[in-house]
Amino acid sequence: MELAEIGKTFRRLDYQTKVTGKAHYLADMSVPGMCHGKILRSPYPHARITRIDASKALKLPGVMAVLTRDDILHNQGIEPYYGPVFKDQTIVAVEKVRHVGDPVAAVAALTIDAAEEALRGIEVEYEELPTVLDVKQALRPGSTLVHDSVKLPASGFADLAEIKPVEGTNVCTHFKLDRGDIEKGFAEADQIFDDTFTLPATQHCFLETHACIASFEPGGRITVWATTQNPFVVRTQLANIFKVPVAKVRVIVPYLGGGYGGKVYPKIEPITVALAQKAGRPVRVVLSREEVFYTITKHAAVIRMKTGVTKDGTLVARECEIHLDTGAYAEIGPRVAKKSGYTAAGPYRIPNLKIDSYSVYTNKPPAGAFRGFGVSQSAWAVESQMDIIAAALKMDPLELRKKNGYDEGDKFVTDETLRAVGLKECLDEVAKSIGWDSNKFKGSNVQGSRGDNIRRGKGLACMIKATITPSVSCAIVKLNEDASLSIYAGTVEMGQGSETVLAQIAGKELAIPLAKIQVLGVDTDVVPYDLTTSSSRSTFHMGKAVQLAAQDILRQLKRIVAQEYNVPEEKISFADGKIRLPETALDYAEVMFKRFGMQGGTLVGEGQVKTATKDEFGEKSTSAFWFLAAGAAEVEVDTDTGKFKLIKYAAAVDVGKALNPLGCRQQLNGAAITGIGQALFEEIAYDNGQLINPNLVDYVLPSLGDMPAVIDPICVEVPDRNGPFGAKGIGESALIPVAPAIANAIYDAVGVRIKDLPIKAEKIYFELEQKL
Amino acid sequence: MKRTISLKVNGVERRAEVEARTTLLDLVREQFGLTGAKLGCDIQVCGACTLLIDGKPVSACSFLAVDADGCEILTVEGLSTKDRLHPLQEAFMEFGALQCGYCTSGFLLSAKALLGECPQPSEQQIRQYLAGNFCRCGCYQEIVQAIKNVASGVRSQE
Repeated sequence: MELAEIGKTFRRLDYQTKVTGKAHYLADMSVPGMCHGKILRSPYPHARITRIDASKALKLPGVMAVLTRDDILHNQGIEPYYGPVFKDQTIVAVEKVRHVGDPVAAVAALTIDAAEEALRGIEVEYEELPTVLDVKQALRPGSTLVHDSVKLPASGFADLAEIKPVEGTNVCTHFKLDRGDIEKGFAEADQIFDDTFTLPATQHCFLETHACIASFEPGGRITVWATTQNPFVVRTQLANIFKVPVAKVRVIVPYLGGGYGGKVYPKIEPITVALAQKAGRPVRVVLSREEVFYTITKHAAVIRMKTGVTKDGTLVARECEIHLDTGAYAEIGPRVAKKSGYTAAGPYRIPNLKIDSYSVYTNKPPAGAFRGFGVSQSAWAVESQMDIIAAALKMDPLELRKKNGYDEGDKFVTDETLRAVGLKECLDEVAKSIGWDSNKFKGSNVQGSRGDNIRRGKGLACMIKATITPSVSCAIVKLNEDASLSIYAGTVEMGQGSETVLAQIAGKELAIPLAKIQVLGVDTDVVPYDLTTSSSRSTFHMGKAVQLAAQDILRQLKRIVAQEYNVPEEKISFADGKIRLPETALDYAEVMFKRFGMQGGTLVGEGQVKTATKDEFGEKSTSAFWFLAAGAAEVEVDTDTGKFKLIKYAAAVDVGKALNPLGCRQQLNGAAITGIGQALFEEIAYDNGQLINPNLVDYVLPSLGDMPAVIDPICVEVPDRNGPFGAKGIGESALIPVAPAIANAIYDAVGVRIKDLPIKAEKIYFELEQKL
Repeated sequence: MKRTISLKVNGVERRAEVEARTTLLDLVREQFGLTGAKLGCDIQVCGACTLLIDGKPVSACSFLAVDADGCEILTVEGLSTKDRLHPLQEAFMEFGALQCGYCTSGFLLSAKALLGECPQPSEQQIRQYLAGNFCRCGCYQEIVQAIKNVASGVRSQE
């Protein structure tokens, strides 16, 4: 059996079950006595509910329960308000609906057909209210309020403690960052650039829609099978809503069919549990594709960026206003706004900053976490403007970035020291990959051309991102009597390959082959606490926790051998899965047998990782490690039509250490492809608050037909001191530079600057027309 | 009104009672317990529900079960034998052509249909043929590599 290794590609542990169609995802599962739940949703973006009558629905055959506001308002067992940051959500609408698709009522019935029929039997009367449908309208003085007031939780996330809604306005949160002297900074500048960039709302479009099975046993035991990336957060929220201790709530997570941030924080779990409670039976809810669009989106943004630069290309001042459309509920928008604000300076040293980042309530479906978390918004502005600056100064955009870009030991905007910074290595790698020619910027800006109407161009972009800090990951590793290993970790396998990497780490520490390691499925009754599978944090945090747990096993083995064989601990060492003594070598199973006197027993190793607002040097820490990445695009643009083709894309990410190299390249390719979709065509379209494309025909996803001939994933390795074997998180990094890299390439090709995503041919065409 | 249909599923003769409006996807998932095919979009664009009917790929979410009467159906569960995976399955694992796995059964079956029609497709043909299957995790490049590998004949065929 092949021993686990680090830095070597291993076939993923989840593959065999997945390629044979035997992996069970939530919608494939059922439990005894289960009935089916369906949700009645608001047809209006903003309306008061004047009457709900469920009596007709209740009489229909097969209907087990109908849930309306009466059930959650007049129920001692339910706290009606919840939400990850602010308590502004309710299980079903209480007083008014705030977006199209807002849940109004829910039905549990013996069949899906009966549940659907019952939805039609619920009578609801609405009184339509004025709406706020974009950020500009929402911020107008005297505009309609989405929330008259917002309830705050008793305690919440440490990194968001100071953030509050601005009462009497639609401002959900306002994050401010001031550094240096902004007036002085602009006074020092030779040139000032002032540009506004926009991005539309998009949707995660994981192929597996949100689904949940819930059972509520008498006595308050709640069991939930959930499509969630953070089972422990869902557990906490359910415990608060249903007023039970967390120990009474069990959250089980099967393999997820994709997450990308769209499955963090409670989604349909509260409504499914409430239905199960009322129906007195387990209930399964599986959302339709359309409903997913009503459940969570990525923040649309308007970003105004004013930057002062000296003649030699030094960035000296930046004023930036970011407005993120957070939709009808705060969800995790406050943190998205904070992260956008923190990265509005990009990966650059800018001494004078004035950054204001807002999340703003509107009457649209809630926006939350999306791979890239606020940074894909800010980087669109930062990295597009870098090329605007480079063009104005007649500088090589690569040189401009390297001149201002972060180096090891630089201070981040928070004044903390940046460590393990592979930014410039990433930039150099992508430049090399697409054949970047720095020379051409020194003379006239000659565009590469092929034929009269086809122009070639190249562009690049880079980024810095933080991971959620503080956070906690705990792991347990059990050495079984046959020297096989069981890993108990709360990390959700959603396609990122976490099972395999965790097994590699434990296997490497203990020199045990992967074939003898089982990573358990996620069940909050069984695995210890983990904050979340998001923020590209699992390899770093859970990987480290598993490594510590494995080392704990080694320590125990050493102690046992010292006792049982009467050898001083310092004379015991480990090599190749054996315990070496001066005279002999023992294998783990032998030691287990000696310890327990039979082939039985278990050794339990424990590992805990917690990150704090201060690092081990006592310095401020807003991120346990830093993500650095760059991307470069080569495009061909047809000057007659504005149509363009992505020829090649290169994505370089500082991965710290590539534990499973193929797994890393998959993450880079996948994130780049998601970025390509957002750059080229993804956009949720609204008409008066109605989503007009909540389906996969009208909302276009990138397919193989849209792919460039080559995507070049490049792993740069600048090890992090605290990551397992130096590894950092990599899930989001490669997505972020894509859109600006492509926009910059288009500018390079035809001199057209696109400031509003997605980059569509007609936008280029109209700009080209104007230039004629 | 229920109708009785008979069809061959993964080589086994089956009979089923279905409503006229029952989809083939519901039939295989709910009556036959073959859950490898997934519902993704419900409007035959994402490819997650792809099954082969007489060797040709169809979106089972939008194909009526009654129309499969008398046909031969292949699902991902029928791709491998008890002790041997299909070369496409082997290649998908080796090249990392999947992440979350939700689209995988659809891709495997579409790829099988492609290789049935055209045993040595060009890269362009692979890209065009599979443009109707979405992989949201973004394994497209790896999927193309895996299919090219199988087409090159380095793996022994079934």
